Amino acid sequence: MLPDKKGHFEEFGGRYVPETLMSALEELTKEYEKAKRDKRFKKELNYYLRQYVGRPTPLYFARRLTEKLGGARIYLKREDLAHTGAHKINNTIGQAILAVRMGKKRIIAETGAGQHGVATATAAAMFGLECEVYMGTDDIERQSLNVFRMKLLGAKVLPVTSGSKTLKDATNEAIRDWVTNVCTTHYIIGSAVGPHPYPAMVRDFQSVIGKEAKQQIVKQVGRIPDYLVACVGGGSNSIGLFHPFFKTRAKFIGVEAAGKGLTSGKHAATLTKGRLGSLHGSMSYLLQSADGQIKIAHSISAGLDYPGVGPEHSYYKKIKRAKYVAVTDNQALEGFNLLAETEGILPALEPSHAIYHLKKLAPKLSKNQVIILCLSGRGDKDASVVAKILGEKI
Amino acid sequence: MNRIDKTFKRLKKKRDKAFIAFITAGYPNLSATKSVVKELAQRGADIIELGVPFSDPLADGPTIQAASERALKNRVNLKSIFRLVKELRKDIQTPIALMTYYNPIFRYGLEKFTKDALRAGVDGVIVPDLPIDEDLALRKALRGSGIKEILFLAPTSTTDRIKQAARRAGGFIYYVSLTGVTGARKKLPQEIARNVRRIKQYTKTPVCVGFGISGPKQAEKIAKVADGVIVGSVLIKAITENFGKKDFIKRVGTIARNMGRAVHR
Repeated sequence: MLPDKKGHFEEFGGRYVPETLMSALEELTKEYEKAKRDKRFKKELNYYLRQYVGRPTPLYFARRLTEKLGGARIYLKREDLAHTGAHKINNTIGQAILAVRMGKKRIIAETGAGQHGVATATAAAMFGLECEVYMGTDDIERQSLNVFRMKLLGAKVLPVTSGSKTLKDATNEAIRDWVTNVCTTHYIIGSAVGPHPYPAMVRDFQSVIGKEAKQQIVKQVGRIPDYLVACVGGGSNSIGLFHPFFKTRAKFIGVEAAGKGLTSGKHAATLTKGRLGSLHGSMSYLLQSADGQIKIAHSISAGLDYPGVGPEHSYYKKIKRAKYVAVTDNQALEGFNLLAETEGILPALEPSHAIYHLKKLAPKLSKNQVIILCLSGRGDKDASVVAKILGEKI
Repeated sequence: MNRIDKTFKRLKKKRDKAFIAFITAGYPNLSATKSVVKELAQRGADIIELGVPFSDPLADGPTIQAASERALKNRVNLKSIFRLVKELRKDIQTPIALMTYYNPIFRYGLEKFTKDALRAGVDGVIVPDLPIDEDLALRKALRGSGIKEILFLAPTSTTDRIKQAARRAGGFIYYVSLTGVTGARKKLPQEIARNVRRIKQYTKTPVCVGFGISGPKQAEKIAKVADGVIVGSVLIKAITENFGKKDFIKRVGTIARNMGRAVHR
């Protein structure tokens, strides 16, 4: 069973953090292991997922998209219909319950696009916890709607001006806060990244996506799908979809952001172009210079704009369990339009990358084959970004 | 014998404590670093810690973050730092430890790092984001080289972790005075003395205290309970405030001397 006790997926993962945090990570690991076996915890988590988040989310057969692409049957796992509009809430509810169990009254988080920030602020409000969210000043500007949502939910948004002023630096700042306030504070990491136990814990909380999808697809088509497709930034929605299918024959395709192109130097295709290294507490593929300095990632979607990736994805790549491809900003916009026009769904720009890849994949497959795509979030948050590119004023 | 061990042996004989001075290599540029290190050595620094700049220094506060960022703009890397140490070795024999995040040395290659560090005259390596649970590869690379891996302990370290670190420690143990990042603080936690004593129950390796120390009074107080005092942000601030002035080196030297005197008192 991976990860091992210290959080290694072979050479990936682990705990590359200051000594000050080690006892907190050990405590969190112990508490999480205990909670996992505790029926009351499972019951509480399931209650909130059902009654508050709105799970199970539908597995929707995208008939018009399937017809348009003319190949495999495409099913959408509708995480965009979860409360707050993305899959992020699956993880924040789980971790907030853990924080309460550990007696921590203050929650911190990092956020890029603001989706994880909103999901954290939501869970904190619901459980009556104090909440502060670190966000790069560049992202604050790009995602002002989500900043306002967090404030409405009673969270404090702390602007980060260091480094690239985006997700990477917001994460640094959140870790610095945690090192300082480790005795009173729980840090809710938003993706399947960071030091052990986060990658495994976030994966487990997000695995509800794959577990539901498995039951739903078996019920709807009577078998396991041929392909699972999902976007990969840090990689939480994709690992949540993939992991429950690990032992099946379903093929995994993770779609990264190629930004302005893989040779442009402005992309976030960590698995496609990165090299092994340590960042934010774990060993994984990274965008980095020859000197081991972390490069600044670029993507049209703030949620994929990250130079690292969850260690389990690096492991899947190494053992060839998953294939990773990259899709550019412009192609993602095509994906965005495609789903809007064929299915009447505005996807977030993150899964728009995965949707574009369907254009390449689905037509090559037969009509008997089945693809599940994780529609990880809704596109309302991106309307202003898309309008700007299209030159429209809203 | 490794220069760090020699230094503590010498200090122990005099029942004295170590003044350990940290500066970021390449801040504000490499030639300034060279002059400052020489000055620090002359003004009472027993050990020099040279910070290797990193893009994501998550254990550092704003002062060292800014220094690191500036050094990176100057394209300072391990290669140029090794060159600097080699040149310094012509003039000074003060022990030099590199303080570096893990990724730059991992990317450089741990074997090659060890070889080049040894050749340059580096005596120790301090990696703030590499806890004892993850340092096997580095330990293997350093084995037999004489270069010491300086281990960290923190106020939150459990007895079990203290024992593990104590068993393996070389050079000195870096005790982090507070839960937090680097940077000068007006007040330091009360428990420092108790925690240092607790660590010393398990080891004969010298225990030095760093993070947050902002003035001679604090330094003097800590020197009474620990084997050494590590000062960083204060020196970086002195460099920032005085760089470009005519007597830049002397001014930084004076601040170092005052801290050193407090430690050696």
